[in-house]
Amino acid sequence: MTEAFWALGRASGVVLLLLMTVSMLLGLLTRSGRPLVRLPRFGVLLAHRNIALLSVVFLGVHVVSLLLDPYAQLKLIDVVVPFGAARAPIAVGLGAVALDLMLAVAITALLRRRLGHRVFRVVHWAAYVLWPIALLHGVTAGSDGRSLPFLALSAFTATAVGAAVVWRMTDHFVEYRRIRTEPAR
Amino acid sequence: MSASTALHIDWTRCRGRGMCTELLTGLGRDEWGYPLVAGGGSDLPIRTHDVEAADDAVALCPVLALSIRPARPTR
Ligand code: SF4
Repeated sequence: MTEAFWALGRASGVVLLLLMTVSMLLGLLTRSGRPLVRLPRFGVLLAHRNIALLSVVFLGVHVVSLLLDPYAQLKLIDVVVPFGAARAPIAVGLGAVALDLMLAVAITALLRRRLGHRVFRVVHWAAYVLWPIALLHGVTAGSDGRSLPFLALSAFTATAVGAAVVWRMTDHFVEYRRIRTEPAR
Repeated sequence: MSASTALHIDWTRCRGRGMCTELLTGLGRDEWGYPLVAGGGSDLPIRTHDVEAADDAVALCPVLALSIRPARPTR
């Protein structure tokens, strides 16, 4: 039975990497104001939101299964307070940092209309920090984090997110940018 | 039938991301991507079949530029 928790923890970690990657890509596409082939702009936004929320659910599965896995020796406090875990404090701590940031991003996004656009926007930028930290956590803390398949997956997702971020910084990122004269924000 | 509510666009916030123009048929898009209310102005009268779409637009506008307010009486 304990094996099952470990397996679930590991599998949910891989799913999380995929969901968070797609969420980043769709979020960046939302920011650009462009539709995705047949998916209209609001569809891209809804897909971004739903996949991001799904990743919060998988984060819950990931954490609970590893709390129940005796081998991980994880205490509840280690999940939210980084770098104090008995086993692999740095690697696990990176996960805790990512979790804290993810909760902050999710909560401010859900309360966006109450908190106002400014708070939402500033906290939402944490996604750019949270994604690489979560990836690093996967590579360092995962029991197969340095295996060839996971490293290949990591390289693939990092390339995708990296390329999207580079695109984000180019002149042609925002739709209509070429004919707008206002400064970029 | 005159609409009792209107979708108000706050132009100081709108960045022309075109979410609302997809949801509401009454909104066009100008050459810079910003929404265009037929007849000009900042308020689109919400017709009965557009109530849900208007609510969605308010919820989805990425920069919170939209709100629903009572429609001004039309002359
Ligand atoms: S969704 Fe918001 S930002 Fe986009 S065009 Fe409409 S009002 Fe402007």
